Amino acid sequence: METAFTPLASLGGGVLIGLATVLMMGLLGRIMGATGIVSGALIPSGSGERGWRLAAILGMITGPLAYLVLTGEMPAVEVPASTLMLVAGGLIVGVGVTLGSGCTSGHGVCGLARLSPRSLAATLIFMATTAATVYVVRHVVGS
Amino acid sequence: MAILAAYVIGLVFGLGIAISGMANPAKVLNFFDVAGSWDPSLAFVMGGALVVTFLGYRVLPGLKAPLLAPRFGWPAAREIDLRLVAGSALFGIGWGIAGFCPGGAVPALGTGRPEVLIFVAAMAAGIVLTRFVQGGLSAGRRATST
Repeated sequence: METAFTPLASLGGGVLIGLATVLMMGLLGRIMGATGIVSGALIPSGSGERGWRLAAILGMITGPLAYLVLTGEMPAVEVPASTLMLVAGGLIVGVGVTLGSGCTSGHGVCGLARLSPRSLAATLIFMATTAATVYVVRHVVGS
Repeated sequence: MAILAAYVIGLVFGLGIAISGMANPAKVLNFFDVAGSWDPSLAFVMGGALVVTFLGYRVLPGLKAPLLAPRFGWPAAREIDLRLVAGSALFGIGWGIAGFCPGGAVPALGTGRPEVLIFVAAMAAGIVLTRFVQGGLSAGRRATST
């Protein structure tokens, strides 16, 4: 499934992601990591740990609606994966990001921006296993 | 005030994800498919986010505290251990299978597409399951060490 190369939109979206990440630390003193926010909303580690996370999740979910208001259409969501792959992939992602303490936002953006060797290791590893998995799914199993 | 700020920050993040294409699994998977229908857009998302965050994170430590919270919660973990390596490797496998990462999937829920809900429900189950196993294991370690 081909998708168009969108350097400007992707760069602009990335800048907004970075802005949200800086605001999260500057205002609330927190890491803008999707894993930590979702995990802490599901099982809070103490009082006062759930409310701001639920609010952030609600804000994230209304992102596409803001996009709809600005552009007149919903952002594209094209899903090549089958239902079984979505369930298996979701479970594996949930286990992986919990064990690894972060995902693309927590390690890939916040951690790399802090020049954390731990996040660099995590990011290199998950980028490599994602690429390997995509290769297997598309060119070994799927061919 | 902090709750409202968290909502607005989430909204900016979610809008960024929507504009960047990170909510679209076909586009995300194509970034990794150099041998097929390669789409390098994701590099621009990461580049834009990293430059802004790198600069912002240089400025923030100059403040005494965050504007709406008592202290900065910079992560303290330093160790590159088996858990980090195995967890990150697993995360990539799941990301490659489904095409969604957590930061892309949560905003994508707002499109109302059932596939996103299926993925996020399974991801939440994986998170809760792992947290319970970890909690049980650390409770066990405390019990045996005392």
